[in-house]
Parts: sequence; C-alpha cells; structure tokens
Amino acid sequence: MSLTAEDVKKIAHLARLNMSENDVTTFTKQLSNILNFVEQMNQVDTANVQAVSHSIVENQRLRNDEITEPNQREAFQKIAPQVEAGLYLVPKVIEES
Amino acid sequence: MHNKTIAELSAGLAAKEFSSVQLTRYFLERIKKFDNQLNSFITVTEDVALKAAKHADHLIAEGKAGALTGIPIAQKDIFCTQGIKTSCGSKILDNFISPYNATSVEQFNQAGCVLLGKTNMDEFAMGSSNETSFYGPVKNPWNTEYVPGGSSGGSAAAVAAYLAPGATGTDTGGSIRQPASLTNTCGLKPTYGRVSRYGMVAFASSLDQGGPFARSAEDCAMLLNVMAGFDEKDSTSIDKKVPDYTATLNDDISGLRIGLPKEYFGEGLESEVGKAIEAAIAEYEKLGAKIVEISLPNTHLSIPAYYVIAPAECSSNLARFDGVRYGHRCANPVDLMDMYKRSRSEGFGSEVKRRIMIGTYALSAGYYDAYYLKAQKIRGLISNDFKDAFAKVDIIMGPTAPSPAFKIGEKTDDPISMYLSDIYTIAVNLAGLPALSIPAGFVKNLPVGLQLIGNYFEEGRILNIAHRYQQVSDWHKHLPKGF
Repeated sequence: MSLTAEDVKKIAHLARLNMSENDVTTFTKQLSNILNFVEQMNQVDTANVQAVSHSIVENQRLRNDEITEPNQREAFQKIAPQVEAGLYLVPKVIEES
Repeated sequence: MHNKTIAELSAGLAAKEFSSVQLTRYFLERIKKFDNQLNSFITVTEDVALKAAKHADHLIAEGKAGALTGIPIAQKDIFCTQGIKTSCGSKILDNFISPYNATSVEQFNQAGCVLLGKTNMDEFAMGSSNETSFYGPVKNPWNTEYVPGGSSGGSAAAVAAYLAPGATGTDTGGSIRQPASLTNTCGLKPTYGRVSRYGMVAFASSLDQGGPFARSAEDCAMLLNVMAGFDEKDSTSIDKKVPDYTATLNDDISGLRIGLPKEYFGEGLESEVGKAIEAAIAEYEKLGAKIVEISLPNTHLSIPAYYVIAPAECSSNLARFDGVRYGHRCANPVDLMDMYKRSRSEGFGSEVKRRIMIGTYALSAGYYDAYYLKAQKIRGLISNDFKDAFAKVDIIMGPTAPSPAFKIGEKTDDPISMYLSDIYTIAVNLAGLPALSIPAGFVKNLPVGLQLIGNYFEEGRILNIAHRYQQVSDWHKHLPKGF
C-alpha cells in the first residue's frame, strides 16, 4: 500500500494534526513503509479465525447505577488552560449571522 | 546500603541498621550525583520522599511496618501522582499536575514506600529506545553511548545504576522486558488484568500492563505483592485471588518442562546473544529441568498485527488531548479546529504522530476490515499458538531481545528496524500472558536478558523459576562501572 501526499493530508486532518509540506513528504514515505510491512498479515488465511479484541475474555462487570465519583470540579479546573465561572473556555464555536 | 536488594534493605530497616530517612537521603544523593549522566528522572520528589520516609520511620518504630515500609522506589512518569507533574514523556502533558493518584501509586503509598521521583520514558510509551521522550534520551549505564531500551528506559536505567532499588514500568509490546534485558535488571510484565490500569496514562488499552523493575526475582515478587489485585476502577481488572508471590520462590523445579520456541532462535538473533541464552538454559537442565522444542508458528506476524492494533487504540485514546481541559494549548487559536490541530501538533512528537496517523487510517471507512479486523484475527492465531504450547510445557524461554543495546541515534530514522527489536516480546502482549526478563550474561560488555513466559496468572511460578536460577548465577548482581 502506497499512500499519496493527499492521503496523508486527509489522515492528518482526521487525526486533527497540522502537517508542514516537509512533514507530509516524510510521513508519506514512512507511513507507506509501515503499511507495506503490516500487509505481511495477508500471507495467512484467517477466514475461519475468530477476531480477538481482548486477550482475556471476562464478562463485562456491571455496577449499580449510582454516583460514586466525588465532585472535584475545582481540582480539575485548576489545571485547565482557560476557565471562567466554572466553565471551560474555548474559541467561539457558533458563527455570527 | 549500596548494591543491596529490596529484600536486604527491608531486613536492614527492620533490624534498625539504618532508617528510612537515611536510606532515602542515600538514593537522593545518588540521583543528584549520577543522573546528569543518565537522564533517568523527569522529576525528583525530594520533599515528598523525605516526608514519606519520616512517616515510615514512625511506623517502623511502632512495629507497624510491612515488608516494604520505608523502601524508596521510582514511578514511571506514566502513573498519575496527585500534586506531582505526570508528563508521560510528552510536551503535551509538560504542565500537567495530576489531580489524583493512579491505583499503583496509591498501593505503594499504602505499603509505606517512599516515592523518589518520576522516571523518563518514551513519549506516551511509544518507543523501544527511550529516544522519543520530550525530555531527551535516557543513557544506558553500561555504556552511556547506548540506549537503555524503552519505553520504560528511565526506570530500567535508574534501577541498573542503583539510583533506586526498584521502580515501576508499563509494558504494551515489551516496554518493561526489553529495557530490563538491555540494562541487566529484572522486569516483569504481569498477566493482562492482574495490575490495575487506573491512572496509568492509556496507550493501547487492550495491551497495556503495569509491572515492577528490580535487581532480583525476589524483589519483583515483593513489588508485585503490592501492585497485583482487583480494582473496581478498572473495568478490565480481574477479580482473582492474589497469592503471596514470595512464598513460592524456593519451590522445587526438578522435572520442569521448558519449551524453547524454534522461532526465537532463528534468523535475526545475534549469535552471541543466542549463546548466552543457551548457557542459561543449560543451567536449568542442571537444576533438573527438561527441554522441549516447541513452535510458535505465527511469531513473525506479531509485529505486523501489533502495529495495527496498538496504533488503532492509541489514535482513539490520544483523541482526548485536545487543549480543552488539561495539557498544552496553543497560543491565540483563531477557532476550535485551529486550537485542536495546533495544540496537538505542537504537543506531540513524531513517533506519536506516526502512530496516531496509522491508527486513524486503519480505523477509517473502507480500511477497517483489511487492517484492524485482520490484525484481531492474527491476534487469535497468536493466542492459540501459546495455548498449544502450554499443553506441552510449563514455561517458555528464549531471548528477550534479538541483540544487546544499540547506539543512541542508530535506529531513529528507520521506524521499522526499531519495531523489530520487540520481535520476542510483542506476541506475549497480544496473548495477554505474563513474562519476565532476567539477566543472563553479557555480550561485548552489554547485558543480555533471558525471557521467561508463563501461562495466565502464573506469575508466582515464573518468579520461582527465575529465583532458582539466581541462586546459582550472579549475573543479576553485576553493577555498571562508574556508578
């Protein structure tokens, strides 16, 4: 699998990363190499193999639907980049009409 | 106090040969004196350490001490420590003071251990050489031109140079065992789910597992006694009784069936490393073990499958670093998209970006089946290989890494050659098995590690088998010169 520079720009956008033209060149080559490498997986037929997402199959535990986390809003907001009146501030999201 | 194991230091504290404050000062002094050569610590927590040491001395005086009360340890900087910087080796968390403790940190606090500091690591645990850290590479104490391995390279180097008698690490594809092998230390990756992942910054959640580094199998057993156990806060934690791992260290191993996978001794293994491993296995035969040749036929597919699964999980886990609630935010963002993109691009290093992008691609529409689903099926094949092997043998042995440490900078431009240094460790993570690396000799003055892979929840047996070898060998007692 060889990626194009356009593919890399698209993936970078999906991953919310900026890429300089230099980065795009380097990443196009490196990511293509990695994808070619992982394609060794196609050497084996896995049609009848069960996919494994977790090595140890345990039933998902359930807990009672109760609030168990203490409220630590102040502690959490102390380390935030920008807060005001208990709210996290971000750049304006809604456009003015 | 020099060159003593945790077990010996624990006895020294109990016999009042020295106090925890004296012991803590001793290690803090060593860190001050030597760490400028190694860069193994990101943060040294002197005040926190001395306060904990004083408290430990009170407990010891009152007869309320446990086996680890007053023992100084280091934590990999991936474990959240309340009120203390937790960087995960990344610029994006350089300003992150954790508001809470990881379960593993809480457990060591409860046991009365003294936190010396937070150790350097590959950024977000992504690396095999500790060169991807925002805080610069860690040097191998056996030769400071060489890497200590990674990602837990800081913990490995600190224990190897005796800047800490024990430390924690995390292992997603070999990140405890490979650096242990490259630094002449012991490093244990427990069964997936044995040690809580709560508060351990997530890289690949279905593979990540915390575990101890120390100078001996006995010390690893003492540290695992603290770390192992069920945690309600981790949905993948397993509710299974924890044995006393020190109680079975001296069990008899005659008649032990050791499986040697032929794939671990073939092409790619440096011949001198192979000889050291064979010599260690010959010692086991003298102890009454039987050797059985086995095959793990899908070993060569473990790295390809891993480099789909781990990046896929990483791309999803690292989506949380967006500049909104904590961590780095870029200056003067013009809109939300600009803030996300610039904060992440400024905050993450190249290896992390590469893996996020591979994962994003593998999970994107049209490619999921070809990459992610295929990799999960290979994961099934690899687990079955081990299942078949453990029907015939009690333990699997081989080299931890195909070569001793390599030079700093040697593999940084070639990601795939770096990935291949984990060929003997990655399959264990895909299967979720426990495995330990212990010192087994030297090649050109650089350490070689023997890997012991056990069946699920057989950490006690692995440590027992390693301990018996350490009763008849002294590789683990060797210290690097100049420290």
